[in-house]
Amino acid sequence: MSQPGVTRRQAFERRQKRRSVLIALTSTVIVIGLVVALVPQTPGWYKVKRSFFNGEVFNDTFSKLLSAFVKDIQIFLWCAPCILIWGMTLAVCRSVRTPALFPLRLFATAYTDIFRGIPVILTILLVGFGIPGLGLSRPWNSPYLWGSVALVLAYSSYVAEVFRAGIESVHESQRAGARSLGLSSGQTLQFVILPQAVRRVIPPLMNDFVSLQKDVALISLIGPIEILRQAGIDKSKYANFTPYVGAAIIFLLLTIPETRFVDHLMTRERRRTSGTAVR
Amino acid sequence: MSTERTVKISLQDVRKSFGARHVLNGINLDIKPSEVIAFIGSSGSGKSTLLRCINLLETIDDGAILLDGIDISEPGLNPDPYRRRIGMVFQNFNLFPHMTVLENIALAPRKVLGQSKKEADDHARELIDRLGLSDRADGYPDQLSGGQQQRVAIARSLAMNPEVMLLDEITSALDPELVGEVLDVVRELKSNGMTMLLATHEMGFAREISDRVCFLHQGQVLECAPPAEFFSQPQHERTQQFLQRVTDAGRL
Repeated sequence: MSQPGVTRRQAFERRQKRRSVLIALTSTVIVIGLVVALVPQTPGWYKVKRSFFNGEVFNDTFSKLLSAFVKDIQIFLWCAPCILIWGMTLAVCRSVRTPALFPLRLFATAYTDIFRGIPVILTILLVGFGIPGLGLSRPWNSPYLWGSVALVLAYSSYVAEVFRAGIESVHESQRAGARSLGLSSGQTLQFVILPQAVRRVIPPLMNDFVSLQKDVALISLIGPIEILRQAGIDKSKYANFTPYVGAAIIFLLLTIPETRFVDHLMTRERRRTSGTAVR
Repeated sequence: MSTERTVKISLQDVRKSFGARHVLNGINLDIKPSEVIAFIGSSGSGKSTLLRCINLLETIDDGAILLDGIDISEPGLNPDPYRRRIGMVFQNFNLFPHMTVLENIALAPRKVLGQSKKEADDHARELIDRLGLSDRADGYPDQLSGGQQQRVAIARSLAMNPEVMLLDEITSALDPELVGEVLDVVRELKSNGMTMLLATHEMGFAREISDRVCFLHQGQVLECAPPAEFFSQPQHERTQQFLQRVTDAGRL
């Protein structure tokens, strides 16, 4: 009945696979075909094409956008480690059980509540315009500085919550095991709890950092000429929206691989912890 | 020691409740040096809680726990120096999954006793060899069988050179064919004169290894006797019922 060397299950799965590939292919072709055929039929398509997908403007502005994007990457690179360190500090403060350190716990809780509750864009505006308003002199009035501080303030509250979830996911028996050996509560946290917690939260943490990569562009609101600001300048210069599309493409070139990488990590983690995948 | 102490651990009217549930209802017991005590009793009788209290993982509500005559249950006392002297092995091993076998064993001696890495590793390797795990030293706990994991847990405890070992149902999570290898280790500890308190469901083993078997019921020690006496002439009605049930279940 079955082909030699192929089990009934394998033959079935092969047929299943061929069928699903065929269905996926057909439906994709139909959808794309419809979009390509129908969108140019709309009355405003000619104008949209000229002002958003203008090849000439794209060629003129793309390289300038790319060099402005270096600024975004720089801001990201110095914010990320600060966020990790400050987020971890907050998470540890929230996990401390000693009554003497209660004020610390209270502070960390209030901090995460406040900064998780305010839209990042507002934090950037308030910090970015508010603090230099104190009349600080150069370089302490730099929008790069205070924009970055605002990002660190906001994102460390998200990251702190991720770390805290990781810390709490480590089973109580690990603490019992460590304490029974005479390790102090600090040593238990340092050598037993945190290493396990950090390992578990790497994928969700990466997600937050992909978001951070995009939110760096919000700093443009308080002045620095990074990619979004540069695109805005070019938009006004050419009276054309194509630079925004160019900026979007540049973001995607970075964030899509990042996201795929996170997906890959998450799948691997799932497979490792649960053994097999259930369909 | 110039004068031989006659009591290693003394439990004096130890009481513990979780909310309205009284788990330990006045436990009194003196344990002599090198004595092996087996606690038996049905689930919920307080065996595990008692061991966790002696290791100071749980605080007691009333009474006292004395180690070499020192009240280690005194409220506010830093438990760490005493925990070092009392090893504990858990039902579910509680090994650190992110560390190798060697690292699991060497961690506490390095961080708590301040041994050098070499010193701690050498001692850990000795223990690994002694417990027959030589080829697993660099493996991770998840790559080991249950019996091997439990032997690592025992080695981890022994690395601190404890004066007393608390064994909390250390074979309950193991396949029957793996129980033997763990019990062999306990036999070796006894032959070296280790003071041990074990909570167990292995009646045969309790009979073989212990100097006294204590029956716990509703947080009290109902009966404590040398195994020969305990299993042949149980005094208390509850003990008789318990042993009858165990016999019926074919576990004796």
